[in-house]
Amino acid sequence: MQPQLDRHLRFTLLSDMVLIRAFEDRISELSRERGRLPGMQITCHGQEAIAAGVVRAMIEQDVIVTNHRSHGHMLARGVDPKTLMAEIMGKRDGLNRGKSGTLHLADPGRNVLMTSTVVGAAPLLGMGAAFAQNYRQEQAATCVFFGDGAAAEGSVHEAMNMAAVWKLPVLFVCESNRWAGAQGHDEHCPIERVADRAPGYAMPGVVVDGNDVEAVYIAAHRLLEACRAGKGPAFLECLTYRMHGHGEMDVQHYVDKDELAAWDKRDPIELYIEVLQTEGLLDSRDAVEQQAVQTVDAAVAFADASPYPPPEEALEHIYVQPIGQEG
Amino acid sequence: MTVKSVGQAIAEALSLALEMDEGVFLAGEGIGTSININPHLPTHQLLERFGARRVRDTPVSEAAIAGLAVGASCMGLKPVVEIMYFPFFTLASDMIINHAAKLRYLSGGLSSFPLTVRIKSGLFSAGCQHSHYLESWLTHVPGLKVVYPSNPADAKGLLLSAVFDPDPVVIIEEMPLYWSIHDEVPEGDVRVPLGQARLARQGRDVTLVTYGGAVHVALQAADVLAEEGIALEVIDLRSLLPLDTATVLASVRKTGRFVTLHDATRFCGFGAELVATVAEACHGELKAPPRRVAAPDIPVPFTPPQEDFYRPSAETVAATVRELVRTS
Repeated sequence: MQPQLDRHLRFTLLSDMVLIRAFEDRISELSRERGRLPGMQITCHGQEAIAAGVVRAMIEQDVIVTNHRSHGHMLARGVDPKTLMAEIMGKRDGLNRGKSGTLHLADPGRNVLMTSTVVGAAPLLGMGAAFAQNYRQEQAATCVFFGDGAAAEGSVHEAMNMAAVWKLPVLFVCESNRWAGAQGHDEHCPIERVADRAPGYAMPGVVVDGNDVEAVYIAAHRLLEACRAGKGPAFLECLTYRMHGHGEMDVQHYVDKDELAAWDKRDPIELYIEVLQTEGLLDSRDAVEQQAVQTVDAAVAFADASPYPPPEEALEHIYVQPIGQEG
Repeated sequence: MTVKSVGQAIAEALSLALEMDEGVFLAGEGIGTSININPHLPTHQLLERFGARRVRDTPVSEAAIAGLAVGASCMGLKPVVEIMYFPFFTLASDMIINHAAKLRYLSGGLSSFPLTVRIKSGLFSAGCQHSHYLESWLTHVPGLKVVYPSNPADAKGLLLSAVFDPDPVVIIEEMPLYWSIHDEVPEGDVRVPLGQARLARQGRDVTLVTYGGAVHVALQAADVLAEEGIALEVIDLRSLLPLDTATVLASVRKTGRFVTLHDATRFCGFGAELVATVAEACHGELKAPPRRVAAPDIPVPFTPPQEDFYRPSAETVAATVRELVRTS
């Protein structure tokens, strides 16, 4: 059934994307201040339509397993931007008490189950989560996000194979952004469309314009419904482009400037604002953008005010039942 | 109490766990329909009893078996997966080492992974791609628990503890023990706590610490030595991580002499950790330097005389202990 894209949903998709962009723009800015954001920041600039489109197509019981570029998935899922920002800064009041930083974010309470930054590992975890949904006969599915670069890993094959043999409710979402580190698509992938592999696992492989948020939403909605209905796994490839590098320190010296500029003209947020304005649904973008900036300001203020956790807390959270306290 | 083989004891633990908790399921290659029919195999007839929902034969896909366990356990199930032969654990290791062991830590305690990995181990004339003792790889990973039973009662009791432990546990099963070792096993849900060693034989002269099938080799050596008037104390660790340091140190303080024994190769083997632990804690109380008995630093050979050469024997253990007593 074709989902209803009502006015409220369309504004939600827009405001999600605008919030993700504002949040990550601030991360880019902060990452240039030495010491403010420890480690490597990996963003989903240019891929916001996939995060918003897929995540808003999910129902509450659906589960997310994500990867390096997880901020968008988390924000669209409703994870608190304050604790998210505090976590990215490594602060005590962070979502994961400073143990994760940007790379391993998890919010199981919102069904953002796990993040793996071992490239290509997330699909195996998502397959396992979908097994649990199937085992309990829940009307729910798991969305696992990975890139076209990750699709070179054998783990992705194993996950797709087992999910298909057992008809598990998992949607493999390939965010094809054309890059794997500094290797372009043609250098890491022998076929143009990763989704062409899906029929080899007896699952549908759907390709959408990943910069068209409504197209992503509609495709994800349809495939997730099929997953929940017991039709087995599905593969959704969202064609997009990695606008920032593999980390904010990556100046993308290996990227063709004209190609980058061409994709910049297809910015998913600008495209959607144009659609909504053409249809007379959006007078001015200012209100939604101002609200996003205020949310991000509040998140940064919260994160700045939070202290670093004490070093000794590094000894905690290894086991549920710590060694030496058995039985 | 009933006399059972190690394999039957494990099967009983698996049956009990499946009966007691709907969240427990088994998965692995050939755990339901196996190419072998043998009543001493731990998953013999479990498919017939519990059905294909609870007992899942998987594709030949170790990373997926482990990924299944990690993903499903994070959702609150209690997976018990089998890796058919220790060397194949390398294919599953990313999921267990980088994910099961680390994601709780990285989540700041929000996630947990109550999974159990049963690894079939041992020497069976198949060469080093099917036989390789890798337990010290596993004990080097904070976030995992590693257990290693030597007899039927412990195999059952440790496995039950592993299945219901809230953290990821790897249990290493030596296949030859499945059918070669029979002993009494308590009925019902009787668990052996993780992290408690067992005094397998009391002695005053030398402490020998070991685990798994090597426990039986140590006991054979102890019989030989007893005839010569040397009383060997044998400690069966049962769990390598958590490690029962207290029991080991108390014994060493009593005897003043220390030997470790394992079937894994010597260099960076688990014995090295035990020797270091003992040396740090009781240097002044030792009558002689600690000794390690282990396999030579070679891959497991195929041909029977060489496979026997690989495995530390009771004679080697006895000779080492004799020398230790003589020189101190």
